[in-house]
Amino acid sequence: MERIQVLVCAGTGCTIGNSGELVTAFENEIKALGLENEVSVLRTGCLGLCGVGPNVSIYPDNIIYKSVKVEDVKEIVMEHFYKGRPVERLMLNESDKETKEIHDISHTKFYEKQKRIALHNCGVIDPENIEEYIATDGYFALAKALTEMTPEEVVAEVKKSGLRGRGGGGFPTGLKWEMCAREEEKEKYVICNADEGDPGAFMDRSVLEGNPHSVLEAMEIAGYAIGASYGYIYIRAEYPIAVERLKHAIAQAKEMGLLGKNILGTGFNFDLEIRLGAGAFVCGEETALIQSIEGERGMPKPKPPYPAHKGVWGKPTIINNVETYANIAQIIMNGADWFRSIGTESSPGTKVFALGGKITNTGLVEVPMGTTLREIIYEIGGGCPNRKKFKAVQTGGPSGGCLTEEQLDTPIGFDELVKLGSMMGSGGMIVLDEDNCMVDVARFYMDFIVDESCGKCSPCRIGTKRMLELLETICNGEGTMETLDELETLAHTIKDTALCGLGQSAPNPVLSTLSQFRDEYIAHIVDKKCPAGVCKALLSYEIDPDKCRKCGLCARQCPANAIDGVLGKVPYSIDQSKCIKCGNCMSACHFNVISRK
Amino acid sequence: MKSLDDLKKIRATAQNRMTMRLDEDHQYRVVVGMATCGIAAGARPVLNTLVEEVAKQKLPVSVLQTGCIGMCTLEPIVEVFDKENNKTTYVLVDAKKAKDIVERHLKHNEVIEEYTVGQYKN
Repeated sequence: MERIQVLVCAGTGCTIGNSGELVTAFENEIKALGLENEVSVLRTGCLGLCGVGPNVSIYPDNIIYKSVKVEDVKEIVMEHFYKGRPVERLMLNESDKETKEIHDISHTKFYEKQKRIALHNCGVIDPENIEEYIATDGYFALAKALTEMTPEEVVAEVKKSGLRGRGGGGFPTGLKWEMCAREEEKEKYVICNADEGDPGAFMDRSVLEGNPHSVLEAMEIAGYAIGASYGYIYIRAEYPIAVERLKHAIAQAKEMGLLGKNILGTGFNFDLEIRLGAGAFVCGEETALIQSIEGERGMPKPKPPYPAHKGVWGKPTIINNVETYANIAQIIMNGADWFRSIGTESSPGTKVFALGGKITNTGLVEVPMGTTLREIIYEIGGGCPNRKKFKAVQTGGPSGGCLTEEQLDTPIGFDELVKLGSMMGSGGMIVLDEDNCMVDVARFYMDFIVDESCGKCSPCRIGTKRMLELLETICNGEGTMETLDELETLAHTIKDTALCGLGQSAPNPVLSTLSQFRDEYIAHIVDKKCPAGVCKALLSYEIDPDKCRKCGLCARQCPANAIDGVLGKVPYSIDQSKCIKCGNCMSACHFNVISRK
Repeated sequence: MKSLDDLKKIRATAQNRMTMRLDEDHQYRVVVGMATCGIAAGARPVLNTLVEEVAKQKLPVSVLQTGCIGMCTLEPIVEVFDKENNKTTYVLVDAKKAKDIVERHLKHNEVIEEYTVGQYKN
């Protein structure tokens, strides 16, 4: 009789951490102790704590083991499964210091403030087993829509829920559906945008890897609502695990009769296929995505016409993002009022954020809208590691901006973030500390945009390249105050004239850092210094000749042979013309006599 | 699958295999001492009986194991915690007594005085 279930995370993060071998190791050890009838091992999706993966959760104890290595498996099986003593050193759960009682995982700081709607099955069910999805009321929202609701009622419910597009723009989903439902054309399409391209964002991947059926179910509901019977999932080829799970899910749903002809005996038909994208950032823009599905080069088109009127193959089409779809089934099941009770008036529901950069708990978190940035970064994320000082948080990826310490108490919502000069974007949240140079951050994003610009319109193709050059001039210490003016003029021109969202939002990281951290730009230009010590051209390493112990350690570590001196006799010094500013000497010196200026 | 009823049937079967992951509303938490002393005294058949009976009767109970409880001479020990965390400790349990515990305590909320080492209530 089964008494323990072991769920090993098989998301991308933990798979890279070798979680595949963990499954085999668990199975072997369990067999060795003759526990194979008592303990079963399953693969599951992302629990969010990717930074400390691979993660393994144990039920019914509800304990999560973090950073599990193959060598730890024997101990877990012997101690926990056989002798009943959970292995404390690997436990993520916090335990009471006095009573030693293990707290429930939902009471840890990381999970306490979270509310999982889009991620609700991730890490709990086996994503490759459709029956586990059905056990958690999967496909019952579809059944409810097909048997108890008219298409108009479905649209009305989604509209009433106030759900807004989670891909970045925040356009009301219900309105999009309504526009498309009103079209009289017989042939319509449903598209899922899984072309997640923001650097650092991976919530869509995690939903597809951990709960793929939720997206299929929602697309079917959307098809019923607008009168479409065919769909496309546009996903990037760089997500091999997600693609595999989707293919598997589609095959299972078809076999069960939950996808295809005459679904649940209601006469409703819906089928869909996967289209692989080659990983161009611009293909996340809906008109470019449609072009790519049609086999054309992925370039945006002017809007209108909007896809709701003229989308793929010239037919009315709705395009929603993965995370948006992941909310649909639950809105249908629990009602619009339930959804509205979570989050804020203008942004109901929750949002998934990918925490990255200089933060202790790197990973995926889902919080109700209206949670403050401070709660996410300090309470859930654990703040900046190594006692470094927080400087800013970048939201919205290459289209967003930076928010500073003073703005951290803003409740999160689509409109609130735009007001502060940033945006929600797809939910990437990159934390920057005192060691990050804001000019360099702006340069990084501009570099990304220059790479990803499709080249169709000149403001984006030429303008962003010029902006990058200006930023590089500043980083190299060759900028003047006029460079700043030029940068601002160009930024506003591109914002006003670029063809699509990618170009129009491309200058945001520059504009936002310019307004929040203008003094850092000026330090680069006037003082020729990079305050954070990142821009190499503005750095110099110097050895204090009076304090030098003449040990020669620094010279031995220097890859450029730029340090000269005589062991025990002549103090060492750095030849600035040869120095490549790698910083090796500074970390090699035992006596802290080398300084960076 | 042809209808909503078929879907409901699949859900019911699948939920049976997932109870330990899905049930959040447990009436009781049963803990079996499974240290060397417990295993030597025969805690394994006790644990298996409890798991089997709870599953068979679909009771809202989670069965867990723990290490040494401290009264090794009285093993196998089974502790039953209710929702308020009040604990009943049963000692010298065997498979038959385990069945009784399921039947009388977990199902009908009756503490079996003769099996207990003592009763603690807050």
